Amino acid sequence: MNFEFSQEQELLREQARGFLDENCSAASVREILEGSDSYDAKLWKDMAQLGWMATAIPEEFGGLGLSYYELSVIAEELGRAIAPIPFSSSVYLATEALLLAGSAEQRQRWLPKLATGESIGTFAFAEHAGRPTPANLATTVSGNSLTGTKIAVPDGDISDFAIVVARSDTGDGASVYLVELQDVTRRKVNGIDPTRSHAKLEFQDCKAELLGSEGAGWSLVNQLLNRAAILVAWEQVGGSQAALEQAKEYAMGRYAFGRPIAGFQAIKHKLANVYVKNTLARSNCYFGGWALAGNESELPLAAATARVSATQAYYFASKENIQTHGGMGFTWEFDCQMYYRRAKLLSVSLGSEMWWQDRLISAYEQRNQPVAA
Amino acid sequence: MDFNDTPQEAEFRAEAAEWLERNVPSREELEGLDEIQRCKLWQKRKYDAGWACIRWPKEYGGRDATTIQSVIWNQEESKYPVPAGVFAIGQGMAAPTMMGWANEEQKRFHLPPLASGEHIWCQLFSEPSAGSDLAAVRTRAERDGNDWVINGQKIWTSGAHYSDYGILVVRTDPTVPKHKGLTYFFLDMKSPGVEVKPIKQISGGANFNEVFFTDVRIPDEQRLGAVGQGWQVSLTTLMNERAAIGGGGGLGFDRVYQLAQKMNIDDRPAIENGQVRAALANWYCQESGLRYTGYRSLTAMSRGETPGPENSIGKLVGASKSQDMASFAIDLLEMSGVMEDRETWAEGGVYTGTYLNAPGGRIAGGSDEIMLNILAERVLGLPQDIRVDKGIPFNEVPTGSNN
Repeated sequence: MNFEFSQEQELLREQARGFLDENCSAASVREILEGSDSYDAKLWKDMAQLGWMATAIPEEFGGLGLSYYELSVIAEELGRAIAPIPFSSSVYLATEALLLAGSAEQRQRWLPKLATGESIGTFAFAEHAGRPTPANLATTVSGNSLTGTKIAVPDGDISDFAIVVARSDTGDGASVYLVELQDVTRRKVNGIDPTRSHAKLEFQDCKAELLGSEGAGWSLVNQLLNRAAILVAWEQVGGSQAALEQAKEYAMGRYAFGRPIAGFQAIKHKLANVYVKNTLARSNCYFGGWALAGNESELPLAAATARVSATQAYYFASKENIQTHGGMGFTWEFDCQMYYRRAKLLSVSLGSEMWWQDRLISAYEQRNQPVAA
Repeated sequence: MDFNDTPQEAEFRAEAAEWLERNVPSREELEGLDEIQRCKLWQKRKYDAGWACIRWPKEYGGRDATTIQSVIWNQEESKYPVPAGVFAIGQGMAAPTMMGWANEEQKRFHLPPLASGEHIWCQLFSEPSAGSDLAAVRTRAERDGNDWVINGQKIWTSGAHYSDYGILVVRTDPTVPKHKGLTYFFLDMKSPGVEVKPIKQISGGANFNEVFFTDVRIPDEQRLGAVGQGWQVSLTTLMNERAAIGGGGGLGFDRVYQLAQKMNIDDRPAIENGQVRAALANWYCQESGLRYTGYRSLTAMSRGETPGPENSIGKLVGASKSQDMASFAIDLLEMSGVMEDRETWAEGGVYTGTYLNAPGGRIAGGSDEIMLNILAERVLGLPQDIRVDKGIPFNEVPTGSNN
């Protein structure tokens, strides 16, 4: 048993943090927040030079062939830096979908380009407000043509292709397709976190390639969500920790009644409670990382546990960070808003806390089902 | 990172599991014995086979096992409902303090009977006027020849009524600031002048006590650390109190999950209800988070690092979780939740019992508020509270009508 990252992985963290401190400062995130760019293209390019998108892609597809522990470390650092890039869409979702279900040809075609960051991929799932189910999907495929509308597609405006969930009349009620986006009508939409762009995609008889098997799409979506949830949970934990540090730094330097507000128990206990939630979430992420790194049977429960606790931790840390700052925390000028925005974005982007609480209990039920004799 | 056993760990686990399977006492063996006798029977059996306090050095009754081995042993042992509990303070807190501060002869004399379960120890720290503010203890020790003479009162002393020995913090100099006037001893609980009076708790049980000292004599040899060094020695004890990693027992997730499978809401299993699922999921996250936080501290300990204040979160989270789960479980039973009668309902009293015991978990061993202060100050590095008694001789510190 060993429940810590290795020295090499910690070294990677140090390098990643150093790089992001320099190339993804709060000021540069703010440029995306306030400007019209969808993402920080220079940061994306520089990151590609370091091979971050290639981390967990096998070497035969141009990747580095490292483990999900290394990717977890990078995810945490990206979350910490509130990086304004399509990493989660392209790496945790599109790349993972191809690794899970792509044909040899599909992998060969896309993974090398995803590894270098030359191509960006995403996952197009939601079609309307509320929780998607196979029964309420309206996107359909006839022959090789896909028609339907996807909303709130992360990085939909800048992606080269999307992994699209469509309705199926067979199997589990859904099939998953790979669709190139050059002929798709896309409209960038305003969102809660302008440092991460989203788009509405309208597919009209678009050429679609089946990913995995017909009628096995819902199961694939769930596997994909489980894998992505753990990596996003690492981002959430990174953000929660950064929000806590920001709150602490401000409270130490802000004086009231003749002393730092950090010395009042109302603030101390608040920040200690943030620390507690962050610690529990982080520990659940460790187990999630381990499940992701090859312990498949634990994955559904580990993913839901990491996701629910990281979602709760980030929400709590980001709102109490604003509260600790008082009125200044509520201004546009201060950076507290960035964590608060990102926390909510990440908490619904792969499905709500409620949904994942439900998934957690289902996963527990399944894991503890008596084995048939 | 690997949550699986190494081959050596797996081998050790198999050895432990095999021994446990053959040696855990049967129901018949335990019948007719009271709780202390049951605990002693099991502890002695482990000791004789080299499975007691396995992390301790062999010469003190242990096995020289590694931290990870001791975790593995605890995991395997906890699979059985073995009698435990009365040795927690002696083995978990008194013993590490003795190892750090007693002389070699005392260690060889006192540690093996702690490991074998022959001796039970208690911790005489809190007083009516010194709880969270432990360094404000007033029980006096005055030097008389080779002895110290103790007068005063301790309170909340778990197990004092059946303990053989106790660890004790007293004031030897009231004219200096509070932390500087303390001295630490251990004593025989059968010493003349020691009077133990049980305190009845909300739950109706009486596990802890008031302990009165009237001219109790303790030989100077039983002093741990120098005169005036008592606070420093106490910290050894308190650090080990916090090293008791995990959720702190109480009601576990699986128990309430199973109850939710059994109970119905509107003629459907309660486990299908969204509100029930959300509540259970949150507790699962806490329980799992504590488990892996514990594993991470153990990894640090196995690398030779000492358990730090971050371990305060185990008790902090675990105690409230247990309280909330008990309250929730009673709700699941609806109107029948009030009953403690086992003839009417097989689990009658289980949840009400936890509910009534739970407030103690949030106070004992450092209240929630103290735990939050520890995390804020010692982990996050936030400023200490302003102390108006700082630097003032203890006998000049103001006190109130409730002290």
